[in-house]
Amino acid sequence: MAEGRTLAPGAAEGEALVLAEPLSFWGGMDPASGMLIDAHHPQRGALLAGRVVVMPSGRGSSSASSVLAEAIRAATAPAAVLLLEPDPIIALGSVVAAELYGAACPVVVLDAPDHRRLQTGDRLRVVADDDGARVESS
Amino acid sequence: MDLVALDDRDRALLDGAAGEAGRLAMRVLVRMARAQGAERLRDVTRAHIDGCLYHGRAGLDFARRLVDGGGRVTIPTTLNVGSLDLLHPDRFRGDPETGRQARALMDAYVALGCRPTWTCAPYQLPGSRPALGEHVAWAESNAIVFANSVLGARTDRYGDFLDICAAITGRVPNAGLHLDERRRGEVVFRLEGIGARLRQDPVLYPLVGHVVGAAAGSRVPVLIGLPERASEDDLKGLGAAAASSGSVALFHAVGLTPEAPTLEEALGGRAPLREEAIGPERLRAAREELTTTAGDRLTGVSLGTPHFSVSEFGRLVDLLDGARVHADVECYVSTARDVLPEIESRGWVGALEAAGVRIVTDTCTYVTPIMRPDGVVMTNSGKWAYYAPGNLGVEAVFGSLEECVRSAQAGRVTVDEELWDG
Repeated sequence: MAEGRTLAPGAAEGEALVLAEPLSFWGGMDPASGMLIDAHHPQRGALLAGRVVVMPSGRGSSSASSVLAEAIRAATAPAAVLLLEPDPIIALGSVVAAELYGAACPVVVLDAPDHRRLQTGDRLRVVADDDGARVESS
Repeated sequence: MDLVALDDRDRALLDGAAGEAGRLAMRVLVRMARAQGAERLRDVTRAHIDGCLYHGRAGLDFARRLVDGGGRVTIPTTLNVGSLDLLHPDRFRGDPETGRQARALMDAYVALGCRPTWTCAPYQLPGSRPALGEHVAWAESNAIVFANSVLGARTDRYGDFLDICAAITGRVPNAGLHLDERRRGEVVFRLEGIGARLRQDPVLYPLVGHVVGAAAGSRVPVLIGLPERASEDDLKGLGAAAASSGSVALFHAVGLTPEAPTLEEALGGRAPLREEAIGPERLRAAREELTTTAGDRLTGVSLGTPHFSVSEFGRLVDLLDGARVHADVECYVSTARDVLPEIESRGWVGALEAAGVRIVTDTCTYVTPIMRPDGVVMTNSGKWAYYAPGNLGVEAVFGSLEECVRSAQAGRVTVDEELWDG
């Protein structure tokens, strides 16, 4: 369905949640509940846990990797993150959680037309490895 | 996927030559180099670590994995603030179990060989300032923007985990702001029509930073028209605000910062993507955005985000002029423990205590529960005003240092209307 670039490897399935605006996991996601908590974000209150989160980019806070790694540890993280702009800080949280807990949250960059086509509620399978990433309906 | 070219030392680390911690650190670095599209790694000479601030178990698990794997930093490494004031531990009002975990995290980073500096402003410590063109691995957004912009050192935007991997291996992905082409200015901001009073007050800088951060996003901004006598403290406040409202990791100020002797050089010989004016209206709007409440109720004043310098303490002592702050206002100044001996020797610690001002070290009042959570707090920091309402639940009022001092003494928000009318 779509091919992308792997920032952090892994395989996951889940229901898509398309975020209209970028989100920083630090200050934006509660790792205890997996909820979106950024008061300035239009989708405050949405559940991120277990979803394939489709968003344009992160917001660059250098603590976002810690929060994502903590959410992966606590099993409240997104199933996968599909980005339009590469965000190394989000990828880092996933890479470290894979090292520590063996649990991955694939992070993938898609081209704009593929990214735009995804809609909240789509059931998606994401497979990301060193050769590239695939996103398909499941 | 593109492969990263590794040298013999990199491969030796991956093979475990320096133990499990070195292997883990190098694996994470190689993975991140791929994610960033770097063709190779490069040396760095110093590191500044943000990962010592507690955000949950995962951060502690990672630090302990490195300690248990025999990890040791191989380059001089300073530590950012932790969640606790180790010199004044009773100031922590949070959950005691979280406090114990936060302490364990701070201990783990010291065990890795990092210097317990506990400051977000390592550039204020003698011997910790990188030179022009020196490649370093610094984390903490205000330190990153200061190193790149004011010192002309080169660091990409590092965060938790990758900072300590760099400190252990002495290597980073050769990407981002380590590369010449990523350091060119892209968006020009021209200061225009700002009144003399506002131009002379240090409050100008966090306001300009707030505007520039929000407008530039992750582009490299170039500023024209800042006062020629802008100090390091001024540029520190500007950068910290710009790295809060946006993701600015490098700015150029023409005639002030080392990579911007002229506009042409700041732009690297290219045309800017766009040019914007910053006039008094935008600064007044920034002040309103950084203020979350109306009225004059005041319960606290917070200074020292980023950590106060010796010269800022001098100005505070002058402004207090021996008068006490109001009994109903808690007034805190955050700073580095290494700044204390200097201000103590000048008699300022005693003067501040006598005036009712409390000094916080090793941490900062916007990242950890020290102030009362239901209050209205005035600050001269764009960064504090941006983050504290979300982190702590307080209301924020942004003002100049002089307004903060007058308000603390009066026990209510006191605004210098002339400053803002100009």
